[in-house]
Amino acid sequence: MKSKVLEIKNVCFTRENKKILDNINLKVNNDKFVVITGPNGSGKSTIAKIIMGIEKPDSGQVVLDGKDITNLPINERADLGIGFAFQQPVKFKGITVYDILKLSSGKDMNKKEACEVLSKVGICAKEYIDREVNSSLSGGELKRIEIASVAVRNSKLTIFDEPEAGIDLWSFQSLIRVFEDMRKIVKGTTLIISHQERILNIADEIIVIKDGKVEKTGKREEILGDVFGQSLCCKLEDLK
Amino acid sequence: MEELDKTLLQKVTDIENADFKGAYNIRKNGAGIERKVTDNINIVTKEDGTGIDIYVKENTKFEFVHIPVIITQSGLKDVVYNDFHIGKNANVYIVAGCGIHNDHHKDSSHDGIHRFFLEEGAKVKYVEKHYGEGTGEGKRILNPVTEVNLKQGATLEMDTVQIRGVDSTVRATKGIVEDNATFVVSEKIMTHDNQYAETIFEVDLNGKKASAKVTSRSVATGNSEQIFKSKVTGNTESFGHVECDAIIKDSGKVIAIPEIIANDVDANLIHEATIGKIAGEQLIKLMSLGLTEEKAEEVIISGFLK
Repeated sequence: MKSKVLEIKNVCFTRENKKILDNINLKVNNDKFVVITGPNGSGKSTIAKIIMGIEKPDSGQVVLDGKDITNLPINERADLGIGFAFQQPVKFKGITVYDILKLSSGKDMNKKEACEVLSKVGICAKEYIDREVNSSLSGGELKRIEIASVAVRNSKLTIFDEPEAGIDLWSFQSLIRVFEDMRKIVKGTTLIISHQERILNIADEIIVIKDGKVEKTGKREEILGDVFGQSLCCKLEDLK
Repeated sequence: MEELDKTLLQKVTDIENADFKGAYNIRKNGAGIERKVTDNINIVTKEDGTGIDIYVKENTKFEFVHIPVIITQSGLKDVVYNDFHIGKNANVYIVAGCGIHNDHHKDSSHDGIHRFFLEEGAKVKYVEKHYGEGTGEGKRILNPVTEVNLKQGATLEMDTVQIRGVDSTVRATKGIVEDNATFVVSEKIMTHDNQYAETIFEVDLNGKKASAKVTSRSVATGNSEQIFKSKVTGNTESFGHVECDAIIKDSGKVIAIPEIIANDVDANLIHEATIGKIAGEQLIKLMSLGLTEEKAEEVIISGFLK
């Protein structure tokens, strides 16, 4: 029997009289690579934020490893093993890449270890380790650092909210290789919010959200044909 | 030297046990207590006893000068005039600053007036740190004045820091920058409780290709108030950039008053000012790494003032 790491039960979320999530029920199994996909505005990112505690549902429950975490603050969810990579990586003043990796790892990580993590996400570690996480870094660089910052946590559930958003095609081409290697980098269960075909192609399971509801869930091979048929995802060719 | 003196000296110079390298002059409660000069750096007491003159020979290769001031006597009002005469092409690292320990009810204050005269091609890194401590109700007041005169091709880089314990400060910095000379100022201030901090920058870019860059980062917490006034005047083909960036917390207040004056068509002057509370997204990001909200705030502020 599959064991589930995360369960979302009857979650509803309404803002400004718009029902963004309408009674969402989901289960995510252990050690799987799961992609949540669906059209823009379908509520995908809201689900991710509700799991991390960035948004609070109006009703319903979020259960991690059998424990109800619906009312826990973000940091306690992080302590219980949820990692979150932001759609728009957050910038800081005076905080370096090394500082973020140390904070993220929760231990006194040395520079060599930090460099190894950066190399895994395709960043030349020596050049970046002491740079500030600010606007002097490009969108692609910030994305890679964001990925590194969640990868070092070894969370049991790591969420990536639209990793393809906000970066140019060329940065995405190289970033996608990082995601293809994601299983080697990130341990535990990975949950990615995405509409990219190449990310969907590496999923074990796919969840399709439409109009704030779960439309379909299943194994990649079961879902993919239908998804492309409905043009829910963006093929790389469309970007060219 | 007492342990308290050493502790205060370490707070303002980051050097343990007052073990200073190079030339130094330590002033305590209004009088010099220790001094050392080197072959290239001479320190002379002014004839009227109001302060010291520091002479750095031309072509001096990198050397240190420390001139810390400590005040442990409650109620003391110390005023000192220090003049730095830096010879042609000399390169020195100067550390100044004042530490006040006040356990009593009377106000203690130190007004340090520092004037810098850099000859052609001279290079100075000037670090100034202010710190106050003590349990008394007496206020700890610091009013540093810095006047900088940069001749052709000279560079002065000034780092000024006030992190804790100073109840009231008015910090005035003036600069006159000649041809190809560069004046760089980085200021970091944190105020808390009912503290007041005022910063006044006035820089005249008089020479061709003169440049000035002023960066101020400040955090105002509690009921504290800060005022940042800057006035950069470009009188010729020159470049000036002033950046004031402030975080406010609790009932903290920050006022930024920028003034840039271009008196020449080739003067290129920029002023940027940002005031606001800690960005919510920064807190969320750090909390998602397992930090509590309080710890996340602490990390953001200490990074900002690093």
